[in-house]
Amino acid sequence: MTNDNPWALPFFAGLKPEWLERLAGCATPRSYPADAYLIREGGAAAQCQVITQGHVALEIAAPGRPPVVFLTLGRGDVAGISWLAPPYRWSFDARAVEPTHTLAFDAVCLNEMFEADHEFGYVMMKRFLPVLVRRLQATRLQVLDVYARH
Amino acid sequence: MFTPDTDTALAPDPFLPALYRVASVRRDLGDTVTIELLPKLGARPEFTPGQFNMLYVPGVGEAAISMSGHANESPGYLHTIRDVGAVSAALTHLATGAQIGVRGPFGAGWPMREAEGRDVLIIAGGLGMAPLRPAVVGILADRARYGRVSVLTGSRNPNDILYREEVQDWRQRLDLDVVVTVDRADVDWRGNVGVAPMLIARAAIDPGNTIAMVCGPEVMMRVTADMLLHAGLAAERIYLSMERNMKCAIGLCGHCQFGPGFVCKDGPVMRLDQIAHLLAVREI
Repeated sequence: MTNDNPWALPFFAGLKPEWLERLAGCATPRSYPADAYLIREGGAAAQCQVITQGHVALEIAAPGRPPVVFLTLGRGDVAGISWLAPPYRWSFDARAVEPTHTLAFDAVCLNEMFEADHEFGYVMMKRFLPVLVRRLQATRLQVLDVYARH
Repeated sequence: MFTPDTDTALAPDPFLPALYRVASVRRDLGDTVTIELLPKLGARPEFTPGQFNMLYVPGVGEAAISMSGHANESPGYLHTIRDVGAVSAALTHLATGAQIGVRGPFGAGWPMREAEGRDVLIIAGGLGMAPLRPAVVGILADRARYGRVSVLTGSRNPNDILYREEVQDWRQRLDLDVVVTVDRADVDWRGNVGVAPMLIARAAIDPGNTIAMVCGPEVMMRVTADMLLHAGLAAERIYLSMERNMKCAIGLCGHCQFGPGFVCKDGPVMRLDQIAHLLAVREI
């Protein structure tokens, strides 16, 4: 998959050109080598990143135990949604499993835009909410441990 | 001398097991083996991918097990069995040369004929790859008859990937899209982590021209069906392999009743539009 035109990703599909332009004003392209961390647990959730190329592993570690990967994200996925709700802290690590490129959106910039233009904010929240719902469904299946001997 | 014609000849008694010999045993996972069964007398009946046999271990009992091999792979049957109960435990501990009874083949299999000329999306969870494997092998043996073929397979962890070497071979092919995911892994795993249904959103699907074949734990299949519908597939193009406690295997005893039908006779492969209203009913 190539890194050409990240604005053609499904996450941005159907947005008005003026909204895309405003989003672009909050965005910075980022590149990460393999094994670099995009997000560290406990840090301020100040950014929302959309993966434009590569894969990212979401990890969580308990004291005395090796880290566990609970989700892999790929092109078009949103890495980091803790900026949406208090306490605005990351609750896991996100590590690039291969060279990875993202569009990183400044969370303060996004929140100010969405507060100033509720229609824009509502449309964008309808983009982020399905991400949360899908991950909640996935987490339920993982918790059920459906492939275990029962 | 009386010679019965085809119409009046008695069919083989479906309750009478035929004697089969264990020709080989391969351990796939810690609790899972694949055995090859060869008939002691005569030829093995024809069967299609997705059908099942009743395997009878003398003195222990009988269990319904799907074929995990294509009809062209062996003059007998391949069955992949996980040790989850008394009969399956006995089956997974059979040695080469042991003899067991086989009734079958039974049931409705995967829609191989209907899939011809279309894209095929195969989604397996855990041991669900076993009943789907004959479909994949059949498609690869006759590859030109099908459009784009994708296999999405999910396992509990990297150590539980069924048919690991064969799946790796499939991934090398240029005419097959294969994505492997696991529910959890340590940081040494470089592959995908996440539940199998979530792979659908990333798969390249032409919803108007795709047949989906799904097998896995029922909860996983329900979520998968929802994701496929969301992706635009029509319910009549989505097939699930259902699992219930099968006894007679010919729709008489009622153990596997599933609404108005029977999983043994009307399934195990069933079309979503015909069973969707039953999937969320706890009592069924």
